[in-house]
Amino acid sequence: MKRSVQLLLALTAALTLAACSTTKPEEEQVDTTAQEDAAAQAEAEALARQRAAEEAERQRIAALLENNVVYFDFDDDSIRSEYVELLEAHAKYIQSSGKSVVLEGHADERGTPEYNLALGERRAKSVAQLMRTYGVSDSSIEVISFGEESPANPAHNEEAWQENRRVEIKYQ
Amino acid sequence: MKHILKTIVIISISLMALASKAEIQIYITEGRSDARPVAVVPFKFESESAVQAQPPFDFAKIIADDLRRSGKFNPTEISKLPQHPYSIEDVKLEQWRELGVDGVVYGTVTQTASGNYMVSYDLIDPFNDKAIFSSDIEDGSYPLIPTSSHLMVLKTKIVDNDNFRWGAHIAADEIYEALTGERGAFATQIAYVEVNRADPRPHQLFVADSDGFNAKRIFASRSPIMSPTWSPDASQLSYVTFENGRSEIVVQDIASGQREIVASYKGFNSAPAWSPDGSQMVVVLSKDGNPELYLLDLTTKRLQRLTRHYSIDTEPSWAPDGKSLIFTSDRGGRPQIYRIRLADKKVERVTFEGIHNAGAEFAPDGKSIVMVHQNNGAYHIAAQDLATGQLTVLTKTTLDESLSIAPNGSMIIFSTVDGGQKVLSAVSMDGRFKARLPATVGEVKAPAWSPFIL
Repeated sequence: MKRSVQLLLALTAALTLAACSTTKPEEEQVDTTAQEDAAAQAEAEALARQRAAEEAERQRIAALLENNVVYFDFDDDSIRSEYVELLEAHAKYIQSSGKSVVLEGHADERGTPEYNLALGERRAKSVAQLMRTYGVSDSSIEVISFGEESPANPAHNEEAWQENRRVEIKYQ
Repeated sequence: MKHILKTIVIISISLMALASKAEIQIYITEGRSDARPVAVVPFKFESESAVQAQPPFDFAKIIADDLRRSGKFNPTEISKLPQHPYSIEDVKLEQWRELGVDGVVYGTVTQTASGNYMVSYDLIDPFNDKAIFSSDIEDGSYPLIPTSSHLMVLKTKIVDNDNFRWGAHIAADEIYEALTGERGAFATQIAYVEVNRADPRPHQLFVADSDGFNAKRIFASRSPIMSPTWSPDASQLSYVTFENGRSEIVVQDIASGQREIVASYKGFNSAPAWSPDGSQMVVVLSKDGNPELYLLDLTTKRLQRLTRHYSIDTEPSWAPDGKSLIFTSDRGGRPQIYRIRLADKKVERVTFEGIHNAGAEFAPDGKSIVMVHQNNGAYHIAAQDLATGQLTVLTKTTLDESLSIAPNGSMIIFSTVDGGQKVLSAVSMDGRFKARLPATVGEVKAPAWSPFIL
């Protein structure tokens, strides 16, 4: 499971580098008013695009931060690749805001409660580990397991179990 | 199979009006074809008091219900009893032999002048005229007649309103032991957790008599309660509480209600298991990075680490001799049961059959273990003989957990989901007798059978 996360990180880094290398070289400047006007307009447009991009990114992060639950497979503590972006956003936010989080680990009701308490802790620690790789300090993270004792959905079926195998990110 | 009782027998229905809301009823869901017939004759009531008051409960019915709930006996319906004797002189042995019962219980409840109840009861074996007995016959306090040689139990006890049911459970234990040679476990208690989400403090710890009556709430919390377990002298319970936001291990005195936190380390604190002598406890702490077993001295509070492995180690259960423990570990990839010797901390694997084995407990004789066993997605209660390694699946329910064995080793109580509800269930050690103990409100889980109570 750790391997899959590392692979994904490597892939993300590679794509970022590729994006940088394709930036167009600066064109030679010509000294005419029309050209100056055109340049000013282009600059304004670029700025607007940049602002729009920043705004889109801000909205993307805000949307990600609204989601603070990560779900897991049965009897498993691996972080699914779909949650890596989410956890990166939380990790960045924890650092920029200076806030700290409690990572609450949970399990579904299958198996024994004491083992599930350990499984819930493992899941929360998986999330903590990934957040640390994004630079979050140990002192900003507290891990608490509730095992199967605090289900999000108290029903006894597959749908409820999926909702209950989770780590909740709670800001302090 | 056709002989197996499919009928649901409602045992504790008559007193539902008196039952507190948390009381659990017991339904026998699968009886045994070889349950032995016994007769419990309704007791006679007499009063020596000026203010006559009927006894609070039916003493004979409590005995009959206990015997039926053991799975080993099938008390005869009252309407089919050939006679209602109240003393040894009344007993017509040939009628009971014809009925074919292994034992006949009869007796008298006498309200004393002081308002207590004196209960006298006998058990006779209609087929055995060398049953015993006894100084009571020899010293002339009991009639010296041929029938007296059939006496197996001959008792008198004084009870009051408060311990009337308990007295009947003790009588049932005496009768059960006389008939089976095995100590009875009716005069015992069960601790369990009830979750009633409508209550502002939904997580509640109860102690009830072994038949579900007399339930007393001993702790309630807004946060979860886990893993209740009894001290060997049955005076205290240890359990895991989240009342301070994360798991901690508490010891609570049942009579006084006094509580003490015995483990509150970084990480989680879980799975307390009292040593047979009561001086120590094995607990599971994740303070050193991942879950390990630690021996906790209850006097000095000093810890000694027992396991050392990066996997999950949890759910310890002491061998009756106190020299080793079994526990769950996923050091082999999946959870299985392992055994650790305290002398040298040597660990060996115990279970090999099945994908997932966990939450095991030693039987009181130390010869077998009972566990939660999963082989094809379903979690069943299973027993494994330690000498032969033979594993037997005991239940058909599929979400079994939190098992606890009666102190005489006859029955296992556990938590499961039945009819979409979390309930307690019981199964005999051979899997042939099953009963269901649904709560009247909420969900019930984490049952713990008490040791023998004296």
